[in-house]
Parts: sequence; structure tokens; C-alpha cells
Amino acid sequence: MSAPVPSVTPRVRVRESGLAGWIQRHGVWVAAAVVLIALPLVARSRVAVSVMNQMGIAVVFALSYNVLLGQGGMLSFGHAVYFGLGGFMAIHVLNLVGQGAFYLPVALLPLVGALGGLVSAALFGSFSTNRAGTVFAMISLGIGELIHSSSLILTKFFGGEEGITGNRTKAPPLLGLDFTTDTQVYYLIAAWAFVATVLMYAYSRTPMGRIANAVRDNPERAEFVGYSQRWARYVSFCAAGLFAGLAGGLFAVNYEILTVENVSLTASGSVLLMAYIGGIGFFFGPILGAIAFTFLQSMLSDYTRIWLLYLGILFLATVMFAPAGLAGILVMHRPAWRAGRLHRLVAPYAVAGMLALAAAVGIIGLLELLQFTVSGEAGRVTKRLFWVSVPVYAVWPWLVLAALAIGGALGLRRAAPRAAAAFNEAGGPAGRP
Amino acid sequence: MTPAVELVDVYKSFGPTQIIAGVNLAIEAGTRQALIGPNGAGKSTLFNLITGKHPVSRGHVRLKGEDITGLRPYEINRRGLSRSFQVTNIFPRLSVFENLRCAVLWTLGYKYSFWHFVDGLPEVGERAATVLEQLNLTARRDVPAGVLSYAEQRALEIGITIAGGADVILLDEPTSGMSRGEAEHMVQLIRQVTAGKTLIMVEHDMGVVFDLADKIAVLVYGRIIAHDRPAAIRASADVQEAYLGVPQGAPA
Repeated sequence: MSAPVPSVTPRVRVRESGLAGWIQRHGVWVAAAVVLIALPLVARSRVAVSVMNQMGIAVVFALSYNVLLGQGGMLSFGHAVYFGLGGFMAIHVLNLVGQGAFYLPVALLPLVGALGGLVSAALFGSFSTNRAGTVFAMISLGIGELIHSSSLILTKFFGGEEGITGNRTKAPPLLGLDFTTDTQVYYLIAAWAFVATVLMYAYSRTPMGRIANAVRDNPERAEFVGYSQRWARYVSFCAAGLFAGLAGGLFAVNYEILTVENVSLTASGSVLLMAYIGGIGFFFGPILGAIAFTFLQSMLSDYTRIWLLYLGILFLATVMFAPAGLAGILVMHRPAWRAGRLHRLVAPYAVAGMLALAAAVGIIGLLELLQFTVSGEAGRVTKRLFWVSVPVYAVWPWLVLAALAIGGALGLRRAAPRAAAAFNEAGGPAGRP
Repeated sequence: MTPAVELVDVYKSFGPTQIIAGVNLAIEAGTRQALIGPNGAGKSTLFNLITGKHPVSRGHVRLKGEDITGLRPYEINRRGLSRSFQVTNIFPRLSVFENLRCAVLWTLGYKYSFWHFVDGLPEVGERAATVLEQLNLTARRDVPAGVLSYAEQRALEIGITIAGGADVILLDEPTSGMSRGEAEHMVQLIRQVTAGKTLIMVEHDMGVVFDLADKIAVLVYGRIIAHDRPAAIRASADVQEAYLGVPQGAPA
């Protein structure tokens, strides 16, 4: 097309009818379903399947958190409560089913988790959603602490330090699914994660979902167009609890154990990090965040003891430099992509990326060496660092790493504005070649 | 005929400070009522008492004959009263269209529904689009409301107020901070969107007041000192002394 593009294009969406139209409108979902079905055929190793299972659970959990934070404007420090309580209820029901108390296929067990999450959210939400902002955040923290500490008292339900274990293979199989392999569990998690994602997306497009946004933006004004801010927050809170509980139910099926850890503040913190790193302003942000977080968590912990520190640094970097998260970075590049000028960003981004990598290698290396010396492993004087054996008590590795860190950082300070300028130009209005 | 809004012996104190000291005021249905008074007279407070933002300390507020004293703002809104704010009060991160759509959902009966898609409700979309057209904001439909210009935000503020179809409309200084031309445009808009409704308006611009209002109430130190037709208010010596002699133009 060589015709000049008018500066203001009225956005008219052409809606085709029939199958073509359906695919046009739902293409993303169809593609997601195909990917979910195909993944275990491509990534077949046990480790890969187990990490993907973990990701599926995290995706549902992080999306449920964003029903609160991104869509409803409620910053919760205790969302793991609903995940955990849903999970505990699911595992108790699994054990009852295993004992033959009643019939329930394992495939439907996540629904028990969802119900558990919903009931607990309906209970705790009834008073915690009275106020928004700091008060809500503090109450969520209090409830989190309350449940976590009572889990060591109510040992019948929470199982004390050991937690509650279950056995999914003891439940009656349905359609030949006995869940003896990780791949079967994968498909169960994938199916539920898909359904939950579709439902949460649909929820965001209902009158209730929009009113949740309105109350997030301006609770007072929402009251003057007929809506009770308390009730709107309460409904959102219950929806978030339901899907968190569903994720907890999936966790129960996957790991067959729930412990105090699952309702801890650490777990609540993790889901906040996932949602934030992914981007709370976009529906699909928490999906990216959950996948990235789970990937780093499972991979980094194999290589380093201070992986939590790196996740913390990642979180800080997101808050400071990319507050809209991974999704925000992607969406930011849409104008450049539409204008067909994305390729112009490759060179400036590559330069900045190399420098950032150098700085990261330097900083990570220094942190690792520091950790090694402080923890003082007896008798060892070398450490494997980036596939190289490094003599920790020599001077040169420290100097080299410090040079990388400082040089990379200084270079980045010069390269970053150039990358930003290239970005602005590529994403700017059409007209100049 | 039952007044659209009736205040009976209304008092309001914040701590030891009395702001409203016994207001009795009946506003006939279908009239355009202006509320004027010097800075600090309690005009905005009176609005906040009528709309349920603040509870009254004493007295009663009636809407179309029904006692609404002590009701929450959303309960009062559902009974057909809607207001705008002196300081722009919109949903900044939602698109302009979405702002208006949120304002019509309750009236059209969708309440807290999570079993409808908002995009699949033609009457909601049409009503929002009609208001968008009236506001002259159709070209800004998909822009986040927070990035609109000041005058556009003021127009959207009015749009949100009237979109739900309330028959009693309260506007708090709709033309404040506007240029002459913008204010004239706003007066036209107000005239158009409040046709056939009861309008109660706080306004500092006397040009706007005498242009729009059927009746004017003058509030001084928390009391109504006069309530009459514009010509009579203009002629009243009390009002001259208490109000019109005071320098105008400063924000309340």
C-alpha cells in the first residue's frame, strides 16, 4: 500500500461473519489452546513438564491477583490465604474421596479449591473491602498473618509443620485419566488454566468488571453514578478469591501436599511480584509475569543460592524503570511495529543490551563471590562462575568483574538515551521516512 | 405539586464550626434553580448534604417527596438525582466512552452483572454514544479521560452527570476556570441536556446565572436570605448589600 495514511484513522473494525470472523475474533484463544496442547509434545523432559505445571498454576494465581490489584485497585499482601485455603480444602476432599467417603473425579477437584477460595474470600472480604487503599492493604496483611499463625495451631486442618498430604491416584479415574504421569496432570492444569483465563478475561468485560475499574479510578464518583464502592470491591474480592482457590486446587492435584508455606506472606509476596513484573495494567501482564517468575525461580535456584536476591533486584528494576511491566514494554512497541519500523530498533537495542549484559555479569559475579566468601565454605578456594573456575581469593577476578560492572553501567548511561531516541523516532507519527 | 428537592430546617456543623444554619428551601420540579452566595457561604456544603456526601447534623432532605436524609450517595442517585463536582471528578484511566458507559449501566438495569458483556449491550452503547455526541467528544471517544483538555474534562463531567437520565441535576460551578467562549459553550450544553429536568446550580458567574436560572436562591453565612425570580433578586437591597457588593471572581 503506497497511499498516504491519514493522520487520524477512524477505528473501524471489520467484522467478518462465519468461521473466518470467529477465528478473527478469537484467534488469540485458539492459538493459546493449540500451544497448550502441543507444548508437552515439544518439551518432553520431566523437568520441563514439571516446570510447565508450576507455570500453569502460577498463571491462574497471578491473574486472580490482578482481578484485585490491576482491575480493582486493591493492593493485597495476603492473597495466598485464598490460594492456600482453597488448596487445603481440595486436599482434604481428595483424601476423603480416596477413603471412599464420596465420589469425585480428580479432574473436578480444582472446583473444590475454587469453592474454598470463594467461601474464604466471602468471609474475609466482608469486612476487609469496606475501605480501599492503605486500610485494605493493612487488613490483608493482618489476615495473612492471622491465617499463617493459626495454621500452626489448627493442626487438624493445616497439618502443622508437615502439612497435609494426599494421593491423587487413589481417587476414582474418569475417562481413563488416573493422573499417574506428570503429562496427564499437565493437561489437567492446562485445561483449567485455559478455562480460568477465559473466564477472568470475560469477567473484565462485563458491567461488573467495568465498574470495578471505575471504583479503582474514582470510588467517590462511582457512588454518584449509582454504585456502592464497598459492594463493587466485595464482588471483585470474591471473584479473585474464587480463582486463587482454583489455583490452590490445581496445586493440591499437582504436588499432593499443602503446607503452612502456601498461606505464608512469602507466597503472598510472590504473587504480587509476578503480577507486577508482568504488568498490572494489562490483562495478559500477569501471565507473562507468572511464566517469567516461575522460570527464573526454578532455573536460578539450581545455579545459585541467592536467587531470591536476583528476583528482588528484578522487581526493583521493574518498579523503577518499567512500571508498566513486561506487558507494558511489549505494548509500548506496538506503534513502531504497526509502522513497520521495528527493525530500526535492533541495532541500538543490541548495543544497550550488550552493555547491560556486561554490567549484569559484573554485578552478579561480584555478588556470587561475595556470597561465597561470606558463607565461607571450608577448604574451597575456587568457585564455578559462568562456566569458569574462578579463584575466589585472588585479586584479579574481583577487578575484572568490577570493571565489567562499572564499564557496562557507564556505557549503558550513554547508550540508553540513544536507544530511547530510536524508540521515539520509530514509534512517532507516520510521514517522515 | 411536590417539590423536586426540599430542605427542611437543615443544619450542618463540622466540629464546632456551623456551616449551614437552618436552611429551608423548596425547589419546584422542572425549574432551573441557581444557588449563589459569597465565598464560604456553604453552597458546596449544601450540595454535599443534598447528595448524601455528608450527613446532615439536623433537619431533613426530601427528593420528590421522599425523605432521603441519611441515605448513601448511590442510594440517592438511584432515586433520580445526579451531580457534578466543582473540581473535575471523572474516571481518569478509563476511556471517554467508558466513563459514559459506566454512568448509564445502573440506570439501564445492569447493576453488578457479570453475566452480560458490556460490548453486547446495544442500548448501553447507544446511550453513551448519544451523550458523547451531545458533548462534542465523539472524536475523543477512545482517549483516556485523564488526558483530555480542561474544558473537555469539564464537559465530560457534565456528561457523566446527565448520562444516567436522572431528572434532578445538581451542577457545582460548571463554568469555573473557563474562558468566556468555553463558558458560553457550556451554558448552551447545560441548557440542552437539562431540558425538561430540574436543575440546581452553584455558579459564580452572574452572567451565566441570570442567563440560565428561572429562580435564584442567595445563601449567606449558612442561611437563605432570598429566594425569588432573577429580576426580583437583582432589585433586592438585601442581596445587593450582602452579596453583589462583594468582589466577584475568586473561587469559592
